Amino acid sequence: MTGIAVVGAAETTELGKIPDMSQIMLHADAALNAMADAGITAKDIDGFATAGERPTDVAYYLGITPTWVDGTSVGGCSFMLHVRHAVAALQSGLCKTVLITHGESGRSRIGTGGFSQSSSSLAGQFESPYGTYGAPSTFSLPFLRYMKDYGMSHEQLAMVAVVQREWAGMNPRASFTDPITVDDVLNSRMIAYPFHLLECCLVTDGGGALILTTDERAKDFPQAPVHIWGTGESVETPMISQMEDLTSSRAFSVAGPLAMRDAGVSHKDVDHMMVYDAFAHLPIYGLEDLGFCGRGEAADFIWERNTAPGGSLPLNTNGGGLSYMHSGMYGMYALQESVRQMRGTAAAQVAGAEVSLCLGVGGMFGASGCIVFGNSAK
Amino acid sequence: MPSRPLPQATPETQDFWDGCKAGELHLQKCNDCANVYFPPRPFCPSCSSRAVSVFVASGDATLASYVINQRPHPAWAEPYAIAIVQLAEGPRMASNITHCEQTPEALVLDMPLVVDFQAMSEDITLPLFRPARGADV
Repeated sequence: MTGIAVVGAAETTELGKIPDMSQIMLHADAALNAMADAGITAKDIDGFATAGERPTDVAYYLGITPTWVDGTSVGGCSFMLHVRHAVAALQSGLCKTVLITHGESGRSRIGTGGFSQSSSSLAGQFESPYGTYGAPSTFSLPFLRYMKDYGMSHEQLAMVAVVQREWAGMNPRASFTDPITVDDVLNSRMIAYPFHLLECCLVTDGGGALILTTDERAKDFPQAPVHIWGTGESVETPMISQMEDLTSSRAFSVAGPLAMRDAGVSHKDVDHMMVYDAFAHLPIYGLEDLGFCGRGEAADFIWERNTAPGGSLPLNTNGGGLSYMHSGMYGMYALQESVRQMRGTAAAQVAGAEVSLCLGVGGMFGASGCIVFGNSAK
Repeated sequence: MPSRPLPQATPETQDFWDGCKAGELHLQKCNDCANVYFPPRPFCPSCSSRAVSVFVASGDATLASYVINQRPHPAWAEPYAIAIVQLAEGPRMASNITHCEQTPEALVLDMPLVVDFQAMSEDITLPLFRPARGADV
């Protein structure tokens, strides 16, 4: 029982290609939309967290005077960690109303710092010299091991993208909505064998923001609160080659069960799930590492349409990073979809959903954060 | 064609890169718990002991996983495999596979490999791997 709720949630007005907005303005656009959603202004916010930009920059830009600040930056799941840290800060009274923002000009690259890696860092010394070059050739690296160990086929990997496109087809804000087949995926351009183009995430512009407060104060806000039932976080390694097990994420295995125990939920209680899908193998790892499927069983689980519309465990219902949008740090959009599902306002609304689990990944398989939401107070 | 990004050694990794230059693959072992680990650091990541030693590894490995990158990289003209190799002594490391077609047919998981040191600059020699001689691939 955390006693903390989401009372404001919004994405940037536009998603996809936003060439007329700098990255910091994407933060601000999402934040202003979330403030309007919650019926407050910057003057009402006393806790602030962000990643990708420094919290100082964005808090200043928005006119926030915080008494609690978190700049945890562990990749695309940073916002899940911000939620978890904000829960603790709100519980202990360090602040009363927290704003968490994300904005990223991932496609247009307006006002972005760009990525750089020191040649003396661990990955700079022990991975980059062998040609790891961005996420497509790095995040994908462990997966042939999984495919051989568990006898997973290329068709099964392709099916992950096919099912998520079905969800995207129900969502007017998704970047890609046209149906695709397994053959379409396997015939798309090879990016990094065994990954084809349609098994890799989009590169888009956008942002999102969340506003959190205590359950008690949440009653005074206009939106029905979405309650945070449980949270978890962990990190593993900055080098994909040094994962303890190439077929499993230790960070998932720590953060997920931690959040579920905190929430007091078992697998059968989860009505809706988001697994950060930068690439098509992510849902496979997430489903198995959190125990929704046994080892080696997630591919069949997806193939048999359990995660598809009408299935027993609706997964990545916005279309995911593969079809909805992916600015670079996608975790915020997974959180937004969980909140929409709990509010009952999602484009592809899961009827009767009361509990949503949202699993994030960051820095390839480097980090994870997990949040369990409920539409009632725990 | 520009050279690949080369590592810049730190005090904790200098011995490893000096070893590669001398044609030796150095690994580290904990004197207290016998854990063999990589990448190099002057303490044991398993038991936190500072009592560790360097030893010369066999250079034998197997192919644990890989991707064949098709996107342009400034240092590679053709699609190339980025590999994770499983060293005989226990740790894994990223590397490339030499003397082998960079295709799924030629790159068979678990095939035996041996280290193949290649000098990239005056200071840096990289430990690449090639199929072991006589390997059935």
